[in-house]
Amino acid sequence: MKLTLRVWRQQNPETPGAMATYEVDNISADMSFLEMLDTLNEELTLAGDEPVAFDHDCREGICGACSLVINGDAHGPERTTTCQLHMRSFADGDTIDIEPWRASAFPVIKDLVVDRSSFDRIIQSGGYISAPTGTAPDAHATPVPKPDADFAFEHAECIGCGACVAACPNGSAMLFTSAKVNHLNVLPQGAPERETRVLDMVAQMDEEGFGGCTLTGECATACPKGIPLPSIAAMNKEWLRATRKVRR
Amino acid sequence: MTCGSVRFGGFRTACRDERDYYLERIYPAFGNLVPRDIASRAAKNVCDEGRGVGPGGQGVYLDFAEAIQRMGRKAVEAKYGNLFDMYQRITDEDPYTVPMRIYPAVHYTMGGLWVDYDLQTTIPGLFAIGEANFSDHGANRLGASALMQGLADGYFVLPSTINDYLARNPHTDTVDAAHPAVAEAVAETEDRINLLLSVDGDRTPDSFHREIGELMWEYCGMARTDDGLRKALARIPEIREEFWRRIKVPGTGEQFNQSLEKANRIVDYLELAELMCLDALHRAESCGGHFREESQTPDGEAERRDEEFSYAAAWEFTATGGAPVLHKEDLVFEYVHPTQRSYA
Repeated sequence: MKLTLRVWRQQNPETPGAMATYEVDNISADMSFLEMLDTLNEELTLAGDEPVAFDHDCREGICGACSLVINGDAHGPERTTTCQLHMRSFADGDTIDIEPWRASAFPVIKDLVVDRSSFDRIIQSGGYISAPTGTAPDAHATPVPKPDADFAFEHAECIGCGACVAACPNGSAMLFTSAKVNHLNVLPQGAPERETRVLDMVAQMDEEGFGGCTLTGECATACPKGIPLPSIAAMNKEWLRATRKVRR
Repeated sequence: MTCGSVRFGGFRTACRDERDYYLERIYPAFGNLVPRDIASRAAKNVCDEGRGVGPGGQGVYLDFAEAIQRMGRKAVEAKYGNLFDMYQRITDEDPYTVPMRIYPAVHYTMGGLWVDYDLQTTIPGLFAIGEANFSDHGANRLGASALMQGLADGYFVLPSTINDYLARNPHTDTVDAAHPAVAEAVAETEDRINLLLSVDGDRTPDSFHREIGELMWEYCGMARTDDGLRKALARIPEIREEFWRRIKVPGTGEQFNQSLEKANRIVDYLELAELMCLDALHRAESCGGHFREESQTPDGEAERRDEEFSYAAAWEFTATGGAPVLHKEDLVFEYVHPTQRSYA
């Protein structure tokens, strides 16, 4: 396949960026999108240009590092992570636009790499449980009903990639935060911090400068792990419950 | 494919020639349920013989046809649905109707930083947990236990050991930037970075990464020989010399630079690769996932030599390119004693 790539290039957070155009040839339809970018980067390096910076790690769709807006869609045309998107989703001769996540809470570090440490700080504010030290409890010491376990697991699938924020017209992190809150709040292990977790995580989310939620639903459409939109409603319910219960 | 699905069974492995179900042929008693090191080695062998399938010939078939016929598609879906979906996404082939193509890959190496029982490294205050340390796994690592190590170290061991260190060292002053050790470390790092940037050669960091990876896979991978390991040990210094002569790292050291990061990791990789080959060479036995071709039973099974090698080898770093020093930590078995594995 022969492709024209229009890629966002930005030296550093202070310098304004711009789209740059590159041609790549001999791209196999079985390549992943990131392997296609590797090919471009090898050529750029040998030509003495700086390769395009992009985030990646596991390349098997489970780590949440890759983060590209492809032709306007977070993670591109398929419902998956960028690393699991293959070039067979494109046609020979296509022009592909590649941009970083766009949100004020995700400042660009370089080219296609953005700073997602705001997510880390949301997690730090409440994404934990009190873990008693000492001998390990028996596996069956704390029974968890199957529907609760399934609900927790569905939300635990969030890999924190940030596609929800990138897809949201408001740059809101409600789907991410709700996934983290719901995952722990439904489990008995998460009960001691149930109220403070949701209050603190939502407060941190606001402080980071993420936009407000208007229930547009783009987040749930872009999520590679299928975190459902009602997750946000479940978190709102937790938040309301907590505001009534906790006096601060 | 993970070893989980391999363990559940219900499939057959084959290579190109008239669907040679080679595992069933070589291990008739165990068929396709041999352990992963045997299955992986056998897959590489048939591909090395030129009998692999798919583009490039690096693949063998994992055939579910019989399993689907016997168990029904629904039961297979319940067991492997997630995996089949992943496979279909990657290859654009439907594993319910055509056999999967698989090939072994390195994803774990059973070793790491030496730590004491508190999981502290030789640097006081520096703890290494999970896959980074050597503590839990022996010569083999069975399914999912890389997770086990992360969980056991982080959830059970460290909470009971790090507090002892913290109690003894309640407050440590921040080290002054003018401290000679800091100045030395900073100067050393800056020199290395400047050198990497100044070579301006004609090879990319990725090309070296690939070359060392292929060398390790071939000579220090699932099956090793004295001859092959010596070849690798002769080749690594040559690659190192070539690296410092031909590496090309665009950009500067002043800002985020992924090429520079990769190049730095390759410097480390060369050091680690050399040590792994040296360790593999000195251990002239087969054990667990480490198969030394000279040390096998008449039926091709890994032959242990416990009287000589029943120890963990801890290598002490002396200097880059310098000979590491071997410390042997004897393995003492009180209740269960290692025995020769047999699948005959």
